[in-house]
Amino acid sequence: MEAKTKDLMVFVETNEDGTAKNVGLELLTPGREVADKQGGALSAVIIGNNVQAAVDAVNAHGADQIIVVEGEEYAHYTTDAYRKALIAVVEKYAPTSMMIGATNNGRDLAPRVSCFLKTGLTADCTGVDIDEATGKVAWTRPTFGGNLMATILCPDSFPQMGTVRPGVFKKGEEVAPHAEIIKEDIHVDPSEIRTTVIEVIKEEGGESVDLEGADVIVSGGRGVGGPEGFETIKLLADAMGGVVGSSRAAVDAGWISHAHQVGQTGKTVAPKIYVACGISGAIQHVAGMSGSDTIIAINKDADAPIFDIADYGVVGNLFDVIPPLAAEFNK
Amino acid sequence: MNILVCVKQVPDTNEIKIDPVKNTLIRQGVPSIVNPFDGYALEAAARIKDKDPDTRIVVMSMGPEQAKAALKECVAIAADQAYLISGRKFGGSDTLATSYIISEAAKMIEEKEGIKFDAFFFGKQAIDGDTAQTGPEFAEHLGLPQITYGLEAFVEGDTIKVNKEVDGGIEVLSAPLPCVVTFTKPAFDPRFPTIKRKLAANKAKIPVISDEELVLDETKIGLNGSPTRVKKTHVPQKKTGGMKIQEETAEDSAKKLYDALSNAGVL
Repeated sequence: MEAKTKDLMVFVETNEDGTAKNVGLELLTPGREVADKQGGALSAVIIGNNVQAAVDAVNAHGADQIIVVEGEEYAHYTTDAYRKALIAVVEKYAPTSMMIGATNNGRDLAPRVSCFLKTGLTADCTGVDIDEATGKVAWTRPTFGGNLMATILCPDSFPQMGTVRPGVFKKGEEVAPHAEIIKEDIHVDPSEIRTTVIEVIKEEGGESVDLEGADVIVSGGRGVGGPEGFETIKLLADAMGGVVGSSRAAVDAGWISHAHQVGQTGKTVAPKIYVACGISGAIQHVAGMSGSDTIIAINKDADAPIFDIADYGVVGNLFDVIPPLAAEFNK
Repeated sequence: MNILVCVKQVPDTNEIKIDPVKNTLIRQGVPSIVNPFDGYALEAAARIKDKDPDTRIVVMSMGPEQAKAALKECVAIAADQAYLISGRKFGGSDTLATSYIISEAAKMIEEKEGIKFDAFFFGKQAIDGDTAQTGPEFAEHLGLPQITYGLEAFVEGDTIKVNKEVDGGIEVLSAPLPCVVTFTKPAFDPRFPTIKRKLAANKAKIPVISDEELVLDETKIGLNGSPTRVKKTHVPQKKTGGMKIQEETAEDSAKKLYDALSNAGVL
C-alpha cells in the first residue's frame, strides 16, 4: 500500500483489565524519535475492551494521536479479530512505519497484517533508527542465536513494519497529555473468529511465571543439580522480590518447567537485575538475557563464560553463596 | 487426516563460532540439523498418527539439494512422504516471499498426492533467522486460521484442539480444520527414528519441485519479491566482564556483592 502520512504508528497491546502492556509504552520512546526524524506524528492504536486506562497511559507518554478500537470481541486476544481491526486501521491511516511489541501475541498478529498488506516485517528488533542514506527505518535485530546482528530496511513497501523486543527501550517520563483521541467503530462478527479458548490450565502450584514483566529474575542452570536445588534459587528470588528463571539445561533435565526457560528457545528477558546461578553462559542462554540492566553471576567455575558478560561475578558454590546473600536482602 | 509439516534445515547455532580476528561468523564445519522447533511439529503430527494410523504425514522443505538430508531424517522419524522445493528463482526470498512460495507448493503437493491437507504444522520459528513469521504468513496467504506456540495437538472430528503455551500455563484452543499450527518445545522429548525406519529413509525417493515446475509470479518470489533488504550485519560487541568477587568465605563474598550492589545504586 501507499503511505498517506509520514506518521509512525505504535500498536499498544492491552492486558485483559484494559491497561496497556509495558512494551507498548516503551515503544513510544523510540517511536517519538523515529516519528520526528520522519517528519510525522506519533500515533498509537489500542484494541481491546474498556481500555480507558491504556488510553490514559499512552496519552501521558506523549502520543500525538490515539486510535481506539473497542468491543467485547476484543476482550481476549484472537488472531482473527485483532487482525481485522488492525488492518482496517492501518489501511485508513496509512502510516509510513509501524512498531508492534514482540510479545507472543504481537508476533502472532504482525505477520498476518504485514502479509495481507504485502509489506516487509522485521522480527524481534533490539534497535530502531532512521537510515541516513535512504530516510527509511533501519531495523536492527539479533539473528543466528544472537551470534550476529542484522540491520534491515524495507525500502519500497508501506508501512515499514517491525516487532520490537520488550524491555529494550525504557518508558519515557510522563508528559502533559495532548493526543487527539479517535474512536474507530470496527466490529468483528463472532462467526469470523475461528479459534475458541476452551480451557485454561494454570501451571502447577498456581504460580504464574511473568518473566517478561519481572524486574528481577534469578535463574538456575546445570549447577543447581536437581529439582530440589531450585528451592535455593527461589529463596534468593523471594528475597529480591523476583521470579525464578532457568537455563535450557535445567529444563531439559526435567528439573523445572519450560515456562521458566530464558534463552533462544525460551523467553527473551530484560529485567533490571538478572542473577545467573550455576549457569555457564552458553550463547543460546545469553541471547535471551544480555539486555538486562545489571547481570550478576554466581558460579563455582571461575572460567565460566557467564563471567564475561556479568557486571558482578561471584566465584563460589551457589548453595554456599545464596543463603547468606538472601539473608542480606531480607535484613 | 492429512498433515503437511513444513521444515527448514538450519545450521546448529549452538556450534557457531566467531572468528576472533575478522569478527565474522565461522559457518564452515557447523553441522546442519532439522530446525528443532520443526522437530516438535513433526512429533505433534506423529502423536496424531499414533492415535489414528490412517493419518498421512507429508514433510516439505524449501532449500538447496543438501536439505534432502533433513527431509530424510523426518521420513526416518515419522513422515510418509517428503518433498523438496528448490530453485534459483526461490533464492534470496524473505519471509513474505518464502511463505508465498511454500503456500503455492502446498497446493501443488495436494494435487500430486491427490489429497487435501487438514492441517499445516510449522515450528514456531527457525533457530537461524528466529523470525517466527513464516507460519503465520503461510496461513495468511491461504486465509486459514492459526494457532501459534502449540505444545500438542488433538484432532476431534473436523476440529483441532491445541495446547498453547501462554504465560503462567496452558490455554486449550480449538479451531476448525484446515488450520495452521506452529509448535514450541513441549514437556516431552520427540521420538527417535528406529533403525528400520532409518534404513528405509535412506532409500526414500524425495521428489524435487523446481522453479520450472512451480511457476510463480516473479515479482513475488526471490529477492525481487522480498520487501525487506539486509543492509548490513555485524557481530555484536562482547561485553567485558565487570567486578569479580572471590572472598575467603561464601558469607564474605555474599556481603561484598550486596554492598557493591547497594553502593552502585542497583538495588
